[in-house]
Amino acid sequence: MSDIAGTRPALRWVVHASVVLLVVLWVFPTLGLLISSFRTGDQIASSGWWRALFPSEQNLTLRAAPPETQVLQDGLYVIEGNVFDGERASDITRWGVNSRAIDAYAPGETAELRRGGTITVQANGDYRMENTEEFAGKRGPRVFVTTTLPPEFTFENYAHVLFNQSSSDSMGKAFFNTLTVTIPATIIPILVAAFAAYALAWMDFPGRALLIAAVVGLLVVPLQLALIPLLKLHLNIGIGKGYLGVWLAHTGFGMPLAIYLLRNYMAGLPRDLIENARVDGATEFQIFTKLILPLSFPALASFAIFQFLWTWNDLLVAKVFLIDSSGQTTVMTNRIVELLGTRGGNWEILATAAFVSIAVPLAVFFTMQKYLVRGLLAGSVK
Amino acid sequence: MGAIRFSGLPISTVIREDGMHPAIQGLLTIAIGVSGCVGYFYLSNQFVDKILFPARGPNAGRNINRANMIRPWLFLLPAMLALGVYLAYPVFETLRLSLTDRVAGGGYEWAGLNNYSQMLAEPKFWEAMRNNMLWLIVVPAMSTAFGLLVAQLTDRIRWGNVAKSLIFMPMAISFVGASVIWKLVYDARPPDQDQIGVLNAIYIFFGGTETHTWLTLPFWNNFFLMIVLVWIQTGFAMVILSAALRGIPEETIEAAILDGANPFQIFFKIKVPQIKTTIMVVWTTITIVVLKVFDIVFAMTNGQWETQVLANYMYDKMFRANDWGVGSASAMVIMLLVTPILIWNVRNARKEMQ
Repeated sequence: MSDIAGTRPALRWVVHASVVLLVVLWVFPTLGLLISSFRTGDQIASSGWWRALFPSEQNLTLRAAPPETQVLQDGLYVIEGNVFDGERASDITRWGVNSRAIDAYAPGETAELRRGGTITVQANGDYRMENTEEFAGKRGPRVFVTTTLPPEFTFENYAHVLFNQSSSDSMGKAFFNTLTVTIPATIIPILVAAFAAYALAWMDFPGRALLIAAVVGLLVVPLQLALIPLLKLHLNIGIGKGYLGVWLAHTGFGMPLAIYLLRNYMAGLPRDLIENARVDGATEFQIFTKLILPLSFPALASFAIFQFLWTWNDLLVAKVFLIDSSGQTTVMTNRIVELLGTRGGNWEILATAAFVSIAVPLAVFFTMQKYLVRGLLAGSVK
Repeated sequence: MGAIRFSGLPISTVIREDGMHPAIQGLLTIAIGVSGCVGYFYLSNQFVDKILFPARGPNAGRNINRANMIRPWLFLLPAMLALGVYLAYPVFETLRLSLTDRVAGGGYEWAGLNNYSQMLAEPKFWEAMRNNMLWLIVVPAMSTAFGLLVAQLTDRIRWGNVAKSLIFMPMAISFVGASVIWKLVYDARPPDQDQIGVLNAIYIFFGGTETHTWLTLPFWNNFFLMIVLVWIQTGFAMVILSAALRGIPEETIEAAILDGANPFQIFFKIKVPQIKTTIMVVWTTITIVVLKVFDIVFAMTNGQWETQVLANYMYDKMFRANDWGVGSASAMVIMLLVTPILIWNVRNARKEMQ
């Protein structure tokens, strides 16, 4: 069978080109932040991240050694050395001795110095100054060089953001706090919802259809409505702001999707299997734990990924139910928003902090994509 | 209702001792939370089966039946509690709060529709409404359109799955992370300096003479915020629509080709009509996401420069102005906007079950 792509070669190329364009559009923003997180603050501020991948041309102002180092060779006063003086050496493409003509000479050429004598600079930075008279003055002459620097990346930002506990930019604690929120907030709803989904799929009791309809309805209730009433409730019953509160909140908010996904999947399991187990005398609890749970693994995995991504990436629920004025329980998303306020211009800190928080969901995404797709397909209300 | 304090609460969480390594503290809390949950299901089932209605003795048969009548509710209880307390109760409580005012010193008094009229008199509310309507039109439309485009284009090319995976990727990124990513894209420097934001760099490259701080351009900045959500949601639309496109019976397309239809006719006249319901599903799902969108606006502009949206307006009212009445009223507006979708979903689900 043929399709839009495949009928005509010209159209085929258009298709490939448009997909490339779309992919580039979608990947570039993230790539920019990733690359920026490996650059120093100066680099980020002085050139766009897309330049970081290529060798960059830079103009440096360096200085030759001072006259006191001169030696007398065959009647000539000579100063020799390297303009880079142990700094990052790189190939010089042009150089000059006057700030108004910084690219007057090619490597190997000889220039007249303003205060007498000549200087020859090689591509690797070696220079030789010669003069028939003694060089005077305290400081060596300035040398302007144009070089191409290779791309340079650093891990320092990550070291600073992750391990520098004293720094106010530290994400280390927030990382563990996020983890503390996320893992129980993923596991508890799965357990609770799996039992409920089994009851809704395979047990007979009055009001079942009504309950299922209620779950579908609650699927779209905006959690914004729940903030004040629940915060009030938490404060009144003594849970206050803290991990317990945020787990309960995430459990509640994730529950409709969890029940919906798991019930749909469990209802599709073969009826014979369950009937046979019942006939063989297995209790419902045994059927559930030994039969249904293992068989529902794909659906459980799908929901687990959703809930993990959602709780890891959440800001609102954590802000309302977890983070108190002590700031001890802050999560990464909240730290990033704070950094956006206080470190708005320090892209090296922002980019790195953001990537620390993005890295985990991205790893989950790329390893478990299959389940995520499956869950999406099952979860969208048809 | 006692006095409610928002900060510096004495009632602590399960465990919070400063000085304990956060990793150990985390693991400990995780263990307690999860084992508590497993414990309930195991012990309650044991209780019903072994103590309350043991399946032995003279009444064994009756006991088994009784245990089986109770068990569904045992299985459902935690879930129903969670749904009831965390989603159903707040709807009614928010409605009540929106009709009352807090009195200094604790307690509430009936306020009728005062909160609503106060809200309707605020220009910031109407700004949020206008922007939300823009979001509701632009984001679902663009996400669905891009999603459909990518789904169709990648369908038959060999590296299509890689392309899809990359376009799907933003789905895993938090709204906050995405905000940072796009803030870098929109960054502006004075025109004589090297630009570090891609958008201004492109703008200058194509002959722009001055740079723009895109997020402060009134009206248009809304679109720059929407792009972030479109960027995230396109992957979702693509995944669903791509599966729908593959589900189209091949005969219909073959017949169209035999009739001499060109590729565009096949797409718009044969394929799109057949996946209309799926497109509707994608559209409504993204609509709900849009109504809840808070983080992007909060992190990027915080509603300044005329970018306010309802969810952020509500957050402002509730947690900055501490005005629960108006805050709840605006939450009810969001609820009102999702209600048609709620009804539609429930109706479809019931139809499907019959």
